[in-house]
Amino acid sequence: MPTYVNPDKCDGCKALDRPACMYICPNDLMTLDRSLGKAWNQEPDLCWECYACVKTCPQSAIDMRGYGDVVPIGASLTPLRGTDSVMWTVKFRNGQMKRFKFAIRTTPWGSIEPFQGLPAPAPGEAKKPGLCGESKYLGVDRLPAVAKN
Amino acid sequence: MVQVETEVVECDVLIVGGGMAGCGAAYEAAYWAQAQGLRVVMVEKAAIERSGAVAMGLSAINCYMGMKWGENQPEDFVRYVRQDLMGLSREDLVYDIARNVDSSVHMFEEWGLPFFKTPEGRYKREGRWQVMIHGESYKPIVAEAAKKAIGEQNVYERIFMSHVLLDKDDPGKVAGAVGFSVRDQKMYVFKAKAVISAAGGATLVFRPHAVGEGLGRIWYAPWNTGSAYKLAITAGAEMTQMEHRLVVARFKDGYGPVGMWFLLFKAVLKNAYGELVEEKWAKLLEDWLPYGAGKPIPTPLRNHQMIQDHLAGTGPHYLRTDEALQKMFADVQHDPRKVREIEADAWEDFLDMTMSQALLWASENIDPAKTPSEVVLTEPYLMGSHASGTGAWVSGPEDIAPKDYFWGYNRMTTIRGLFAAGDGVGASAHKFSSGSYTEGRLAGKAAVAYVFDNGGPVTIDQDRVEALRRELFAPLEVQEKGRALVTRGDVNPQVITPKQALFRLQKIMDEYVAGQGSGYITNGPTLKRGLELLGMLREDLPKVGAKDLHDLLRVWEVWDRYYCAEAHARHMLFREETRWPGYYYRGDFPKLDETNWKCFTTSRFDPDKHEWTLAKKPYIALIP
Ligand SMILES: Cc1cc2nc3c(=O)[nH]c(=O)nc-3n(C[C@H](O)[C@H](O)[C@H](O)COP(=O)(O)OP(=O)(O)OC[C@H]3O[C@@H](n4cnc5c(N)ncnc54)[C@H](O)[C@@H]3O)c2cc1C
Ligand code: SF4
Ligand code: SF4
Repeated sequence: MPTYVNPDKCDGCKALDRPACMYICPNDLMTLDRSLGKAWNQEPDLCWECYACVKTCPQSAIDMRGYGDVVPIGASLTPLRGTDSVMWTVKFRNGQMKRFKFAIRTTPWGSIEPFQGLPAPAPGEAKKPGLCGESKYLGVDRLPAVAKN
Repeated sequence: MVQVETEVVECDVLIVGGGMAGCGAAYEAAYWAQAQGLRVVMVEKAAIERSGAVAMGLSAINCYMGMKWGENQPEDFVRYVRQDLMGLSREDLVYDIARNVDSSVHMFEEWGLPFFKTPEGRYKREGRWQVMIHGESYKPIVAEAAKKAIGEQNVYERIFMSHVLLDKDDPGKVAGAVGFSVRDQKMYVFKAKAVISAAGGATLVFRPHAVGEGLGRIWYAPWNTGSAYKLAITAGAEMTQMEHRLVVARFKDGYGPVGMWFLLFKAVLKNAYGELVEEKWAKLLEDWLPYGAGKPIPTPLRNHQMIQDHLAGTGPHYLRTDEALQKMFADVQHDPRKVREIEADAWEDFLDMTMSQALLWASENIDPAKTPSEVVLTEPYLMGSHASGTGAWVSGPEDIAPKDYFWGYNRMTTIRGLFAAGDGVGASAHKFSSGSYTEGRLAGKAAVAYVFDNGGPVTIDQDRVEALRRELFAPLEVQEKGRALVTRGDVNPQVITPKQALFRLQKIMDEYVAGQGSGYITNGPTLKRGLELLGMLREDLPKVGAKDLHDLLRVWEVWDRYYCAEAHARHMLFREETRWPGYYYRGDFPKLDETNWKCFTTSRFDPDKHEWTLAKKPYIALIP
């Protein structure tokens, strides 16, 4: 359901170096209206409803409204994303509510050390089959192979 | 002439597209590059934290062997893929992904991706190849690792890449790629010794089910515009299986995936009269031997059964979520805590991966435990990572690839130094997220090896760069010049909008190239007429105007889709058989033809003459 922005909540991300929704939207849809100083979806018919902008907005200013040509109006689906889980509130057209909470990450953000514990690569090895960290990550002793035809 | 700044970036390995394959390539290339301090750069049209098909998250990893628990071996996977693709797979490529994919999945877990586990500590299986994850943050996690591996300063975002550059002195070899910023009026020239094209599959080449505000609500990501194909095609790389496509059964209107419902929850597909579609049309499979007799039933044949039932007038078709959930509730004696867990799993599938399906349920007051949901077939997508094998013809791995499939470096296209991965590689289906990531890693490593061996300088053709600069920004001028011709509005004798050009493309593809609206049927004369109309569209594309940089992005995305469309139609015309009924039918060649067409098709495009050359390539079985 394409996004729309609540004018009372959006502050144009003044405190950040760029509007968060505009930075994240995979389809370049969220953009700042310079005269308003607030964001809007400039091409709603190419919105995938991926919720990336909704989850990232520091003001919770972005919401969804069912595609006008497809979806009956009146329901809502709202995420609240923390550092290790996301909470979803589903409100049905008939008023029924459901809430769900799911894990999103088991380690702290920014904690990945890509090559930790892996030996430095020897130059000649780049030509051989097998990926880096094979002995640590593959889970079997040897990279399987088959005879060529 | 619009004022355009140009920035030149020099690197050794350039990765185009920061999706699953691109992030895998970045990780692996960075590791091997350490040996000689090579510079690895990634360029992405959006922000890699949420770009590509995994932007909203996933609820399963669909390619995992589980070799450490002896669950599956790579050869089992090859046999499965071969059967699903009706015989045609590059088994060296498929095997190579299968034997390596587990390591990527284990890394994801170490990095912090949460997995569902069994009481014994194994990954919980959704199906034979699928494992279940809490995947809302799958992409941000994978992106974090890629950024850390190559360094944040080497990630260039919001740059749309449009053309590969070939070496001025040696045009069979890559020298870099160009694109433009979607934020500032700026051209980017990346000079690189190796380029990995990982820019994703193609959607919206065909008209989808909704064409108003709901245009973007399709199954595969609307921002996957076929750049991986366009970049390779216009560079003159050989492409394969471009006639192949993906059409899948999805929940109606929300396009929610059905995998978990079929595989884990054992829900069944029934028509409005309660008949089981698969049972009712079992006999149809006999027309498609040997694949029709194999298990599991190939994806196109399952579609074929659904289409036949639709033609019999017995729709709508329902996935009986109600029956499946009620049975599961009964199995746990309606224990409220367990019922609640099952319900949460059912909803999480969509809340992790296709939120709009959940919103649609809420909007239509559908509780899946009480009301079944309609299922329909999608419009066609071009992609190389699902049950489809569109993409570049690449070299296989040296230790297992047959002679005909090997030319120096794993995943290298027929242009030296130009590599492909993920949706960009053809004839190697069922990679999904984990396999695409793994293929990116394979390409990343091979690209580094290529640079080690071919470290000499590359030469950029400055005239070509200048010509591309003019071409890239021309739509802004077209728009500006056209303004004086009309009082107001978008109806202009000299200018069309990117959206109208896209609709024109979709109309041609839907009506002539076996789109959803024409029941997936075409034939030789229809395809030829479609190609005529496509030719006129191509002549008109230089008249598409751009009001701003956002529009400019859309203009170049239409070009991407145009090249995908033409390649698709030409390959379909070339393959004189119907190999994948349910994906598309050639009315003039309605049967499988194992004698003449159990082979790959390839094409090469000559950009100067705008000519396509098509050929057959042998299928070589690797696994008995
Ligand atoms: C709804 C849905 C459900 C799915 N379910 C599953 C599942 O359950 N399990 C599973 O394993 N897989 C699943 N998949 C499939 C999986 O997402 C893909 O197979 C995988 O993402 C393909 O990887 P890729 O790198 O080729 O493409 P992508 O991940 O899409 O990456 C392509 C990248 O290229 C960038 N790009 C495109 N054009 C350009 C350009 N011109 N210049 C610069 N950058 C560009 C894009 O922005 C993007 O970042 C699902 C996909 C969808 C959409
Ligand atoms: S992220 Fe939220 S507050 Fe910031 S500009 Fe966008 S809508 Fe406004
Ligand atoms: S939901 Fe996704 S596609 Fe739609 S505007 Fe937000 S970020 Fe963009």
